[in-house]
Amino acid sequence: MINNLGKYLINFLVIVFIQVLILNNLNLGGYINPWLYLLFILILPVEIPDWMLLLIGFLTGLLMDMFLNTIGMHASATVFLAFIRPFLLRFFAPRDGYEPGSLPIPSHFGVGWFLKYVSLTVVAHHIFLFYVEVFNFDTPLLTLWKAIVSSVFTIAFIMVAQMFGAMKSSRS
Amino acid sequence: MRNFIRFIIRYYFFFLFLLFEVICFYLLVSYNHYHRETFLNSSNKVAASILTVSGSFTEYFSLKRSNEELARENAYLRAMLPENLRDTAAKPLNENERDSVNYIYYPAGVVHNSVNKLQNFITINRGARDGIEPEMGVISARGVVGVVRHVSKNYSTVLSLLNTQVRVSAKLRDSDFFGSIAWDGNSVAHAILSDIPAHASISIGEAVVTSGYSAIFPEGVLLGTIEDFELLPGEGFYRIRVKLSVDFRRLTHVEVIEKITSEERLELEKLTQDD
Repeated sequence: MINNLGKYLINFLVIVFIQVLILNNLNLGGYINPWLYLLFILILPVEIPDWMLLLIGFLTGLLMDMFLNTIGMHASATVFLAFIRPFLLRFFAPRDGYEPGSLPIPSHFGVGWFLKYVSLTVVAHHIFLFYVEVFNFDTPLLTLWKAIVSSVFTIAFIMVAQMFGAMKSSRS
Repeated sequence: MRNFIRFIIRYYFFFLFLLFEVICFYLLVSYNHYHRETFLNSSNKVAASILTVSGSFTEYFSLKRSNEELARENAYLRAMLPENLRDTAAKPLNENERDSVNYIYYPAGVVHNSVNKLQNFITINRGARDGIEPEMGVISARGVVGVVRHVSKNYSTVLSLLNTQVRVSAKLRDSDFFGSIAWDGNSVAHAILSDIPAHASISIGEAVVTSGYSAIFPEGVLLGTIEDFELLPGEGFYRIRVKLSVDFRRLTHVEVIEKITSEERLELEKLTQDD
């Protein structure tokens, strides 16, 4: 983590810029907005300390909120994502545990594994996010539907972004 | 002992999570309840200047549409030239014309805009330095856009009409029945007009305009046209679905409205209320 600090910083800036300048201006069917920035939290090393994961989640979410005028909304959802990540990683762990230095990315564990891991975390995050956004339970099914549909787009964008990332690293 | 420590560590993670969530929800709730200037909104300098860059790209790609809008506005303004009003010069001014001198329009560019949240905001590149103040109305060439919320030196944030907190006083243009219009959070192109009494005559396609009762918008600014309506059983009011005239997904230029007499009027109304 420490050795790769620069790499993660660049990763972070690229992802945030793509999110803020491009994806936040996409309007797919009104309420769908792919939240690609979750990718940054998802691909942090498996061994990252829990407290650091929560802190990074909180700060990333707060930065998004600053651009979207939704102070606290994305922050609460990304903190939730950071909280459930260790449990999900344990759930998806290989039979003899994770090797030191492994990253939760397709080139380490395979595309199928990554898709399962991303799908579950993203759906959980989106359901949390959309319920925080409406802040009531008046239309629970509509909110759930919006969350699921948006998840599909976020997952698709994350998979595509990860493919580009893999191409770049295999070339260098 | 080792199990015990592991137990503690597990709980420390959980409590840290709770602490962060409490902070988040505190921010969320306090931001929604108190309409005070917060540092963490997009009228703050850093976020706004980055959004300006993004906004300038959007502006470039929608030049053609902006031209059309400006041409439309030119035509509208030309129609208001004195020679075109010659017929009416002999007659006494009607209320509408007397009212129209009381408004000042400040043009502004949109640097950030969202349509896919429940609380949508627009950031514009005019601020306190240009005379913008909170609670001013914002329109575009096509109709009502929203109401100014926060103002910094060079930028302002605008509560879009596509914001469930915004409610605008509206009336039917042909029959003058008035109600209020608000967004229900579903479709980007539609809002709901309520409080129109059941004995009003309504037809699909009829224009809905601002009533001029609130001090924010002049009378007669277009909001949209009636798409469909239903009579709410047992309430005596219509629920009318209005197709909004402004396309909020393509917003580049807006005008902020200042009403000159509104303070005088508010004071007078306050006086009457206090009696």
